[in-house]
Amino acid sequence: MTEKLFEAKTGRRPAAGEIVVVPLDLVYAHDGTFGLAVEVMRQTPLLDRVFDPEKVALFIDHAAPAPTVAAALVHQAMRRFAREKGVKLYDVGNGISHQVVADEALVRPGYFVVGADSHTVTGGAFAAFATGVGSTDAALAIATGKLWFRVPEQVKLILDGAPPHHVMGKDIVLSIIGMVGSDGMIYKAVEYQGSGLRYVSMDSRMTISNMAVEMGAKVGLFPSDEIAREWFRVNHGLEVPRLEPDPGAEYSDELTVEMPSLEPVVAAPPNVDNVKPVTEVEGVEVDQVFIGSCTNGRYEDYVAAARILKGRRVAEGTRCVAIPASRRVYRKLLRNGIIDILVEAGCFVAYGTCGPCIGAHLGLLGQGEVAVSTTNRNFTGRMGHKESKVYLASPATAAAAAVTGKITDPRPLLRGDQPLMVVDPSYSYTP
Amino acid sequence: MAWIIRGRAWRLGDNISTDHIISGKYKFAKINKLEDMLPYVFEEVIPGFYKKVQPGDVIVAGRGFGYGSSREHAPRLLKLAGVGAVIAKSFHRIFYRNAINIGLPVIVAERIPDVTQQGDTITIDMEGGVVRNETRGVEDRFQPPPPVLLEILRAGGIVEYIKRNNRLPW
Repeated sequence: MTEKLFEAKTGRRPAAGEIVVVPLDLVYAHDGTFGLAVEVMRQTPLLDRVFDPEKVALFIDHAAPAPTVAAALVHQAMRRFAREKGVKLYDVGNGISHQVVADEALVRPGYFVVGADSHTVTGGAFAAFATGVGSTDAALAIATGKLWFRVPEQVKLILDGAPPHHVMGKDIVLSIIGMVGSDGMIYKAVEYQGSGLRYVSMDSRMTISNMAVEMGAKVGLFPSDEIAREWFRVNHGLEVPRLEPDPGAEYSDELTVEMPSLEPVVAAPPNVDNVKPVTEVEGVEVDQVFIGSCTNGRYEDYVAAARILKGRRVAEGTRCVAIPASRRVYRKLLRNGIIDILVEAGCFVAYGTCGPCIGAHLGLLGQGEVAVSTTNRNFTGRMGHKESKVYLASPATAAAAAVTGKITDPRPLLRGDQPLMVVDPSYSYTP
Repeated sequence: MAWIIRGRAWRLGDNISTDHIISGKYKFAKINKLEDMLPYVFEEVIPGFYKKVQPGDVIVAGRGFGYGSSREHAPRLLKLAGVGAVIAKSFHRIFYRNAINIGLPVIVAERIPDVTQQGDTITIDMEGGVVRNETRGVEDRFQPPPPVLLEILRAGGIVEYIKRNNRLPW
């Protein structure tokens, strides 16, 4: 499918390894990376311009609202730039970039998208060639509307069969990372296919694409199939084209994930590929649970948490922080009474920021503390003190840890056997 | 004129992440003052690195160098600290791009990391695609970057390239 995406943009199918310059459909940056980009643009006359303000978006999301004066100064600089150049700035209260671009249909099948953030790959869930770059590349992209790419090799990743009802996108992608390693897919375009796709919701596809970078991949692509197209109809009233790989497409490698054999897993500190079944680490005492981030801050994630937290309380001695990724997600949760379930259980709720994921604010860890988190990285010191530890998990596994105060298999605590991955975009949870 | 880089080796392992180079939380404590972040470079991996590193030192690492974030602070801080080049068995792609853009030479070489020990003398022929561990007498070949990327590196980064040539690379 990657070759088709390049062909649509350049008029021919380049070979893997070739360097091509591609016109972009969307470039975005946030308050963590835009500061350096602005510097680059200001100090280089040829770059002090915006190619097309309609195709550029800025987000205040990492430290939002500003927890330090330093952050406040960056936010001011971003607002100044946005005003000057006529670029849209999604200020405090909107949400995390990778979620908002989905909420606003800024990423669509066939688009080439670069973001000054490694998790720009989330957009691959929408069959877009979405990939992360640094601040200087972002400045180049914003100024010229183009960027050079080394065409990646395509890897076919087959999701085969139906997963158990308690398995979420996070369990699928962590299992893959555990299989291939954190450098297993360096420079590759991972393309998800197979009979299992029909069980994977868009929310979960975003989770799976989001963590493509954690296996080294350049992009993690899902096709624009009926599930994706229905999502665009229901959420945006939009018809988007079908986009699927050709039957005869060639791949450099092929992997299969047997979905029925999947189970809830965690990535144990200090590496994302240190993946184990949750049953292997049960009993570890947990100080903080975080449910949120661009990886798992969506509607389906909090429905999963609510199915475990409803009528229960967060354990004494454990904090639970829940931060839905955007205003749009938060409002739907409010309407469905899910925020009430979380707060009633004892969660601290905010919305629209990365917060503790990168150790910015809203719940850093102290010395020796252990967190179970729905985020995407667990390097030493990422969420706070250098002697703290982070286990990555699905929202269901995180909610289970919140209830018991220890790492816990979520299966016994989950009521009902409806799948946690909610494929129907019109679904509304009734508590 | 040939472009030869020569320096003392810092031997590192596999999967050195951008978080290892500089933890994300410093970005929010001291935003955009790169110099202020120097003391924290590699603080979990090599405490006091910024004092121990000498200008021109070459990092020689295993697989998966630059794993993690797109934060450009990581290669910029290595360059600021005095690192002359990074050799690794493989790089994560965003780090690789960022390094080129800010003028930090990055070289993919399979054999040299296997034979190199801390403090060895390394020479790199950037155009010829040859890297030598002078101390161990081992030579390895690598694919030199395409001419335009080589020019960007040689200029000291893409901003320097643009200013020097008064145009973009494409």
